This record gives sequence, C-alpha cells and structure tokens, in this order.
Amino acid sequence: MKSLFLKEINAFFGSLLGYLVLALFLVAIGLIVWVFPESSVLEYGYADLEALFTYTPYVFTFLVPALAMRSIADERKTGTWELLRTSPLSLFQIIGAKYLALLFLVVLAVIPTLLYFFSIIQLGDPVGNLDQAGFFGSWIGLLMIGAVFAAVGLFASSLTSQQVLAFVLGVFLCFVLYFGFSALADLQVGDFAYWVEELSLSYHYINLSRGVVDSRDVFFMMGMIWLFLGLSILTLKNK
Amino acid sequence: MSLEVSHLTKLYGSQKALDQVSFRAVPGRILGFLGPNGAGKSTAMKIITGFIQADEGAVSVLGKDALSNPKEVSPLIGYLPENNPLYLDMYVREFLDFSAGMYGLNGRKREERIKELLLKTGLNPEQHKKIGQLSKGYRQRVGLAKALIHDPQLIILDEPTTGLDPNQLVEIRNLISEIARNKTLILSTHIMQEVEAICHDVVIINKGKILAADSLENLKSGTSEVQLELETEEGLEIEWFEKIGEVSFGNKAEKLLIISCKDATEARKGVMKIVQEKSLNLISLNQNKKNLEQIFREITR
Repeated sequence: MKSLFLKEINAFFGSLLGYLVLALFLVAIGLIVWVFPESSVLEYGYADLEALFTYTPYVFTFLVPALAMRSIADERKTGTWELLRTSPLSLFQIIGAKYLALLFLVVLAVIPTLLYFFSIIQLGDPVGNLDQAGFFGSWIGLLMIGAVFAAVGLFASSLTSQQVLAFVLGVFLCFVLYFGFSALADLQVGDFAYWVEELSLSYHYINLSRGVVDSRDVFFMMGMIWLFLGLSILTLKNK
Repeated sequence: MSLEVSHLTKLYGSQKALDQVSFRAVPGRILGFLGPNGAGKSTAMKIITGFIQADEGAVSVLGKDALSNPKEVSPLIGYLPENNPLYLDMYVREFLDFSAGMYGLNGRKREERIKELLLKTGLNPEQHKKIGQLSKGYRQRVGLAKALIHDPQLIILDEPTTGLDPNQLVEIRNLISEIARNKTLILSTHIMQEVEAICHDVVIINKGKILAADSLENLKSGTSEVQLELETEEGLEIEWFEKIGEVSFGNKAEKLLIISCKDATEARKGVMKIVQEKSLNLISLNQNKKNLEQIFREITR
C-alpha cells in the first residue's frame, strides 16, 4: 500500500501537471486575497481572511477534480489497472492508497495559506488582532472540504476511463454538493428545506468557520468521504 | 499439480466466452494455450489471476482455491497481461521497485531481487531509461521482469510475443524457456510455431471450448495422416491416384495434386509407379509433415 501511495505522489510530481495545478491554486488564491480590489483584504480594511475561506471552495471545485481525474481513469485506459487488481492489494487498499495520495496533495496545497494567517496577524492593529478560533475553524473546514472533494473526484474517476469526462463529472458533483443543495434549500422547498440544507457541504463548512468545531459537522464530512470511497469500490468491483 | 482449472464458464450477456473449460498444468513443463483471436484465452487467464470473476467452475493454484481467496493466491502467480500494460512515465528500475513493493518485498531482499532480474532479463543497461523510451522487445522484458519479481510458482503470460520482430521473438522465447525451469508456465498464443518451438503441452481452445489438451508429441503423432504434394508438367487426373488416398487439386489446378493418405511409404511407391506408367515429367514430390497448424485447422474447422 505504501508503494502505491508513493507511486501516486511520484507520478504527480514527475509530470509538469502537478506543479502547474499547485501553482495555479496558490496564484489564484493569492490574487483573490491580496490583489483583486473587490475581494482584497487590504482594500477591505478589516483584519480577517474571509476572502480566503469564501473563494477557496470555488477554486477547489475545479482544482481537486483536476488532481483526481487521472487517478483511476488513466489506469483503466492504459490497462495498468489489471496490474493493480492482480496484485495482492485488495480493492479497498488500492482505493485507500490513491485517496491518501490525493489527500496529501490537497493538504500540500492548503498549507502555504498559513502564511496568510501570520501576515494578517502582523498587519492587524494592534498586532495580533485576529479571530484565531474563527481562522482555525475555517481552516479545518477547508481541509475537510478538500478531503470530501478528493473522494468525490476519485469516485468520478472510477466511473469512466476518460480523464476529461471524469473531470467534468467531478466538478459537477462537487458543485452540487457544495452549492447545489444550499441553493435548493433557498428555493422554498417547504418542510424539506431544513433537510436539504443539512446535506449541503457549505452549510457545515460555515458552521465550522464560526470557530466551533462541532462533531456533527466533522462526522458529516467524514461520512461523505466514506460514502464516496464506498461508491468507488462498488463501481469498480464488477469491472 | 500446480494449476487445476475445472468446468470454468463465463458469460458475456448470452454469449459464452468460456464453456466448461478444464485443464491442468504441471511444474517444469510449458503449457501452450492455443486458439484463434477471441477464443477465450485471455478470459481464462484473467479469471485465473482474479481480474475477472467466473460464472461457474473452480480454479486451484497449488491446492488453494483461487476464486474465493484471490488475495492469498495472488503472490503465487506471476502475470503478464495481454498488451503488456506498463507505466510509461516510470523508469525501469523504479517500476520494478514499485512492483516489488506491491508484492511485499522489502529491504535488502527487494534490492537483490531487482538486481537479479535486471541481469536475467538483460535490462541492466536500460535500467535508468523511462519505459516509454524502450522498444517493444525491451518493454516485454520489463513486463516479464515484473511478472517474476516476487518469485512466483505459477507464471501466466498472455500473448508474450505479439508485435515483436524476429530477433526479439527468439530472445524472448529463450528467456521464457529459461524462466520456466522448475516452475509452472502457461502462455497463450495464436501462433502455432511458437507452441512448437517452446511448449511441452498444448491446450487448444476455440469459441470458449477446449478442443484438445495433450502433450505436443501426442498431438502430432496422434493423427497419422500424411500429405503428399505432386507436381508435374502434364495435366493430372484425380482418378489415377484414387487408390492411394484422398486426392484433391492444389492451387496450380491440374498440375498439382494433393494426396492425403495413411501410409507414406506405400503412397510414395504408388505415386512413382503411376508417374512411370503414364510417363509423366515430374517436377516435385513433397511430403508435408503434419504440423500443429494443420492439426489446429482440422480441429477448429
């Protein structure tokens, strides 16, 4: 399992694509948080990082499926899937290793944003004037959103052997989970609104960003991860 | 018995890809799995290696049931899938290292095994190249090295020589013969010469059914028919030779006759006698040894 995990990471950094995706993410987030006048912290004038936490899920919606799209689709297309499946690893271990590699990359992308935290602390007046609980709640929420999207992306990749199709499916699923259910709840669906809202990732994400890491929200995210990994295994079992 | 396959059946929709397929393989002898394209060779191999599931039947590898515990049986099998899928972005050594890790080899044992196989497969000078840069023959070696990395008892090679040039072909065949010592090796192919060149036992399969399963010698000697090919300058008539055996015209119409018979010695004498009687101008008289190709055509007809 360790071998497969390392192979996945190597494959990612062995190609230009890996660096490109990471760089793209950091540039996009950097521009949104610090440069674009509509969202820039410097223009806003208050020492908080709401811009980072509002816009990162948007970027993740595209970035994470892009990272995940080749994961299984490519192996199936080139036939190397057969090598993996005839090895002593079980399907669960294969999916697990691939998921952990994706998760590692997501964390790697998010870690540099900790720099923003220190920058804002320094920029605050007086220095250190920042809602730290709010920041870390949001930050953990962000990681969890990334983790859920990784599972969704992996699932999309398991559905098809076409990378592009996997990407489009992944983006669509992430979009529905994060924005779709909230939008649906807003549409006055009557008594169901509460339940629909409960299904929405953004609802739980906003809960976390208040600075209280509630176990219900964490369990929801974990449940989503297990759900999509389980669906991937089910999809691949009979192929 | 290191591999025993019994009553394997696989359905694709209503079509039977495999129909009650049974055969066995023993150590030290290479088993050739022979059949036209689409006969079910790959399907059978994929079931044995646990990549796809059978609808019926049983597979036992070294006494273990392969269908119910693939995880336990997988380390016993070295498998080279059809078309030899490899990670083209990986370096040769890196790929073998990865494969060794997948089969749980670690530390010094892993290093030794990789070194040994690089030497054995002649990949040593290429070990720092990317697999994508290698020729087809060398890729095939990488595939073989991967199949052997965990020192399996049963080696399954699915069409290991397709697409190789004549030199590569000979090299890979020699390599296969060498690694088959003391191991059970199965290879599938649709090329008869290959089976004749390196196999000891043959299983012939067509449309999902086993048509013959025997040793190569038995198969070749079992059907004792011989073919004589007679070519003359004059036109020939079928009736002249009807006493000798079954007669038909060859591709040069009247001037080439093919005579099938049981006893070659008698038949040759008979033919020569008629040639003299009719004072024919003989161009050639050839005796075709019955080869696997003919047997195969007869059986799969």
